[in-house]
Amino acid sequence: MATLFDQLRQDVRFVEGLKSCMNCGVCTAICPAAGFYRYDPRILVNIVQHEDEEELIALLKSETIWYCGQCMSCQTRCPRGNVPGQIIMSLRYLSQKLGYFTESEKGRQQFAIKRTVGDNILKYGYCVYPDGIIPEMHPEQGPVWEWIFKHRNEVYDRMGGNYKKDGPGVFRKITDETLDELKEIFRVTGGQELFDKIEEFSQIKARQMGIEFGEGTDNDYFRYTYSIDTGDHCKAD
Amino acid sequence: MENNNQKFIWREYQKEIADDHFFYVRSCIRQAFFPGSETFFLSFMRNQLGKDVFEDARHTTCTGIGFHGDVVPHETIMTVVARHFALMTEAGYRHVAISCVTSFGIYSEILETWKHFPEIEEKIHQKLILATGRDFNKPDTIAHTSDIIYKFRNEVAAKMKYPLINLNTGEPLKVVEHIGCHYSKMFPQYGVGGAEFPQVLAGMIKAWGGEVVDYPERRHCCGFGFRQYLVQANRGYSAANSKKKFDSMQSYEPDFILCNCPGCTMFMDKWQYTIAELEDTVYGKEGLGIPVLTYEELAGLVLGYDPWDLGLQMHQIPVETLLDKLGINYDPEKKFITQKGENIGTPLIPQHYNIGLKTAGTHSGCC
Repeated sequence: MATLFDQLRQDVRFVEGLKSCMNCGVCTAICPAAGFYRYDPRILVNIVQHEDEEELIALLKSETIWYCGQCMSCQTRCPRGNVPGQIIMSLRYLSQKLGYFTESEKGRQQFAIKRTVGDNILKYGYCVYPDGIIPEMHPEQGPVWEWIFKHRNEVYDRMGGNYKKDGPGVFRKITDETLDELKEIFRVTGGQELFDKIEEFSQIKARQMGIEFGEGTDNDYFRYTYSIDTGDHCKAD
Repeated sequence: MENNNQKFIWREYQKEIADDHFFYVRSCIRQAFFPGSETFFLSFMRNQLGKDVFEDARHTTCTGIGFHGDVVPHETIMTVVARHFALMTEAGYRHVAISCVTSFGIYSEILETWKHFPEIEEKIHQKLILATGRDFNKPDTIAHTSDIIYKFRNEVAAKMKYPLINLNTGEPLKVVEHIGCHYSKMFPQYGVGGAEFPQVLAGMIKAWGGEVVDYPERRHCCGFGFRQYLVQANRGYSAANSKKKFDSMQSYEPDFILCNCPGCTMFMDKWQYTIAELEDTVYGKEGLGIPVLTYEELAGLVLGYDPWDLGLQMHQIPVETLLDKLGINYDPEKKFITQKGENIGTPLIPQHYNIGLKTAGTHSGCC
């Protein structure tokens, strides 16, 4: 039976990201996440380098792997050519494949990202789409965005856009034929499978936690994963 | 001999930027928040420089935000980008012009991955054929659209109506430039000046008469952090990292911030507003915030485009202090009207000085 490390080694990001860490800590020194969270990419790389399956399982279920912001500043600075950010990406992928992501508060947030950005991709053909930047979900966007959101037809028109219309241009309509191509790419490359796993494991977790689970973003489990920071993640691990 | 060695060393920091015939790929975030920038880029390239820039309506998101938000697998994004290459190939183009730094980083990473792992490239050819019936050639060059404006910066300078000089003092305007992490921190060879000496924005500022501000946190991330912004519960990470930069640049009294990446532009603009609401901290020498521009907006302003046609009314931090310093004539009455001149109201004025919203102290970290 393939070990978890065997599975990680199938991911080119893991192969490229982990060469040989000498524990110098430059990655931690440059890391924006380390300045905000109780997070140390040097320790994470060292754990992975040990190749201990039990330690790896604990890591995949932990809060730790969800703190990185993937700015990839570590890629520029590591004197040995390691990329902790890429190792993180391979760990997060495996954590979701195995369903371990629902064991941590930060990991459970993958459901919120799937239901927003993930669903936007296959519904609209864009990761970010104006109809989804709802001011109540984005108070940081301020009153100018509220005004744009309310008048988005007129504002995008003023800016030379082609919002929801045929042909090229800003926020043109992505046709059904093109969306079908995207969906087929997701089907043959594992993108749809990952979406399905995030949904499946999240639904199980919601049931365990006794939180209402439903379609779209109007349900309690979405609101919990999107907006709640209990602070407990700081004490975990 | 010494000169030759120096030339050899600096060669590492150059990149080939095509001169003409671009396949243009848009950015989700730039379309959402700075659509006038993309409109300007196409107008400038086609109408002012007479270049051929082709856009295919069948182009979609590269899925990059989903990929770095970890809900899109590596193989999936590679195949989506391969489809973009297929559209480029079908249209007869060999140079990609990319409007987004996240996409630019992804294109760079995919091309590098395929260079080192040709078996992965072959697999992606097969996946794309299976899914869409399409096949592709790799591009000869990829350029971020800022690379292209940088390449033609002297052409802009030759037509400049408003150089980056403070009309009141006669001094060069002081400009903070922010490159965006994924432009060249991952694959320095794809960026002008690499990761150590990025020149793409600094070159524009200097060519157009401004002065580049160097400050301690110049290369720090804006704080996007993908999931650290996409999930509301995590946004303290994003705001705290922007705040680190604002605090660091404040004493240098920059006249404006120039950004490369549409995400960074949005965060540097919106987090100033949020920090003011939360902490009553308002940055900028005049106490009205530091205006944040895209490079397209800056090029448009110095060339004399109307600021409201460029979309500067879509910024949360008002730009009027900068327009006044440049001596640009603008009509405040036209700021929020429609294309047909209709009145659709105006945004509420933010309560920057509402101390009632102040939180407990300066929150710069979580755990």
